[in-house]
Amino acid sequence: MRITRTGTIAAVLAALVATVSACGGGSAKGGGDQGAKQLARLNIIAPAAPGSGWDQTARAVQDSLQKADLARQVEVTNVPGASGTVALAQVAPQKGKKDLLIMSGLAMMSGVLTNGTDVTLDDLTPVARLIGEYETIVVPASSPYQKLDDLLAAIKADPKKVPIAGGSAGSADQIFIGLLAKEAGIDPAKVNYVPFSGGGEATTALLGNKVAAGVAGTGEFQEQVKAGKLRALVVSAAKPVESMPGVPTIADVGHPGVEFYNWRSIMAPNGLTAEQKKAYVDAVTAMHASDGWKTTLKERAWEDTFLAGDEFGTWLGQEQTRVSGVLTELGLVK
Amino acid sequence: MDGISELLAGFAVALTLANLGYALIGTIVGTMIGVLPGIGPALTIALLLPLTYGLEPSGAFIMFAGIYYGAMYGGSTTSILLKTPGESGSIITAIDGNKMARAGRGAAALATAAIGSFLAGTIATGLLAVAAPRIVDLAVRLGAPDYLALMVLAFMCVGSLLGGSMLRGFASLGLGLAIGLVGIDFQSGQARLDFGLVRLLDGIDTVLLIVGLFAIGEVLYVAAHQQASTFGIASVAGQRWMTREDWRRSWKPWLRGTAIGFPLGTIPAGGSEVPTFLSYSLERRLSRRPEEFGNGAIEGVAGPEAANNANAAGALVPLLTLGIPTSATAAVILVAFQQYGIQPGPQLLDTEPALVWGLIASLFIGNAILLVLNLPLVGLWVKMLHIPKPYLYAGIGLFALVGAYAVNGSSFDVYLLLVVGVLGYFMRRFGFPIAPLIVGAILGPLAELQLRRALDIAGGDLTTLVSTPFTVAVYSLLVLVLCVPALLRLRTRRAQQAAGVPTPDRESSTV
Repeated sequence: MRITRTGTIAAVLAALVATVSACGGGSAKGGGDQGAKQLARLNIIAPAAPGSGWDQTARAVQDSLQKADLARQVEVTNVPGASGTVALAQVAPQKGKKDLLIMSGLAMMSGVLTNGTDVTLDDLTPVARLIGEYETIVVPASSPYQKLDDLLAAIKADPKKVPIAGGSAGSADQIFIGLLAKEAGIDPAKVNYVPFSGGGEATTALLGNKVAAGVAGTGEFQEQVKAGKLRALVVSAAKPVESMPGVPTIADVGHPGVEFYNWRSIMAPNGLTAEQKKAYVDAVTAMHASDGWKTTLKERAWEDTFLAGDEFGTWLGQEQTRVSGVLTELGLVK
Repeated sequence: MDGISELLAGFAVALTLANLGYALIGTIVGTMIGVLPGIGPALTIALLLPLTYGLEPSGAFIMFAGIYYGAMYGGSTTSILLKTPGESGSIITAIDGNKMARAGRGAAALATAAIGSFLAGTIATGLLAVAAPRIVDLAVRLGAPDYLALMVLAFMCVGSLLGGSMLRGFASLGLGLAIGLVGIDFQSGQARLDFGLVRLLDGIDTVLLIVGLFAIGEVLYVAAHQQASTFGIASVAGQRWMTREDWRRSWKPWLRGTAIGFPLGTIPAGGSEVPTFLSYSLERRLSRRPEEFGNGAIEGVAGPEAANNANAAGALVPLLTLGIPTSATAAVILVAFQQYGIQPGPQLLDTEPALVWGLIASLFIGNAILLVLNLPLVGLWVKMLHIPKPYLYAGIGLFALVGAYAVNGSSFDVYLLLVVGVLGYFMRRFGFPIAPLIVGAILGPLAELQLRRALDIAGGDLTTLVSTPFTVAVYSLLVLVLCVPALLRLRTRRAQQAAGVPTPDRESSTV
């Protein structure tokens, strides 16, 4: 895999440029499509257990579509398992099936790659990227590392001595650390990444000074950072993030190319007519412009990363290249 | 977090008619799902989340807390009466509790479980109210090596569960450890023992394993050996809840169970099972009649039942003071907070005092409701054993299968449950104890995780495993506990041999 590395980096950079520009385009739009036709009944598959991130997003979509009268009836079905790939394997074969949507996202993309499943995201029709969560790197308040550069320098000097807590193997957290390490000239596989299960485990380890640093979505650490118990060194956004005031952005620390977020999207089975596909895209675009959706985003502190239709499809291809590149270097994809 | 006035204000919130109603609904729903095999509090709260969207936050959380505590109560009932634990926290209860029920002492077992749960829940909630910030400061000081030491200690309970044949006991344990390996390895992302099945990538759910081995296994066994298996209940009518002797033997295990369960709840070291394992083996060690364990020792019910309730309260300490969930249910409650736009963290108490103190006060109230609800029900529950066996076991089988399907809505889980159930039947048929398998399947992955995490953090340095005072203390204790009785036995035997007394074999039993 070493031979392809320069090629991968080039592809990643290309993807990044596209991401940044696509993001700008996505959020600049949002005028709302008044011409969206009302959908009759919809079944949205949440590919994880009730209460999970995907479940919450699916139910927020359900709520907003109904409130804005964009669909008469929306049902959410939970099909949990194996990073969403169980649900993917269930939805993908139903080619041309009407009124069926599925939540998807970075975790599913990574799950497909690391589990080596036969069915992939190519077997779905992209409808829209909805939301995202930026990643942040934190250290305990008493840590000697004041800036991201201090931490990166320590990793470079002796990676073993700098254990970094994050989510499970192949999670957004590890992908982000991998991308950043690569950009900083560190072999991603050398980083001493210690997986913790979601929720409080990693925070506990950080508060107890058991690990040198932690990486997770901003929501995970923001309260500890506000309380001064943890110090955030960087947030993976190009522009300052509201929930993490005063924290340097990825551009501030000199790695603008590593802008990154854990995105969630909505997709449909393949084999739809152009008309059906347009109906979905129109409905979701109108939902994005609705007041209900805007309120939800604000309440849940979700970042708006809306991008719909073919533009989303193009971006997806680039993200796939970047994610599979770093997962391969991490040894998680064979 | 140590203001009596704040707590009183909390009671003012919790004691409104509407909130009392939510507490009542929560405790009843919690008890019901605790009784039903397979459906746990985490899933129930998650399913209720979208429905509570329109409720006041305080009302919703009071209801959730009731569900959380209620499930801990309800789980013990089926464990004791039918040997079919509904939750992983009441596996241990099934062992001695069911033996007691079969010996006609079901009412005493249910009463000691209910009162122990009440006592533990109340003490632990009190600790939560007065000392949460200080406790959490201590809790975060423990790291992976310390958790590993706890797991090793918990493994000791296997010794109490092996039954008559060491070989069969260890075979069962080994099988459990292997089952624990199934699925994606958390640390490396590699799939293990998945046999190419996507459905197995997340591993075999512990609750499914418990329900399959205990409930389905039991149903099949009863069906196959109808004549041989009887309940042997002499007379339920004359059964007293607890005799003076029962009280005398129960109060210390209740307190010790609380002392184990509460602190373990505050750290992310497995769920409610680990403290019940620890409590059980502690009670057996301390008992003057260890041979009764496995044959209906009331201490074996009182201790673990107190431990799992204290554990539930303990899990709320890091949740409310730091926003850190240490159990599956706490994680779902965290999501519920976020649904209301509340971000639990170090400042939650300052930003939402009414909510937090209302929640704590409602835990006291919920606990009292549960005791009042459960004690009179004891007689009713015991009557359940009078249902003719074909109906009773058909019902258990139905609920187990529906429960397995309901969790993920997947027929694969139903087939898996049946496979595990058949395994459970054959294990029982050929005298293999079931408990070691479950202990292995639960503790094996936890111990592996902590061991590898500890070594990862230390860059592969083995000395990290004994690098903290806590680990040194635990391992020293372990060596003492293992070696001293052996030495004592050796000395007694020598003395007896010198005196010409034959050494009696220790009696043992199969779980």
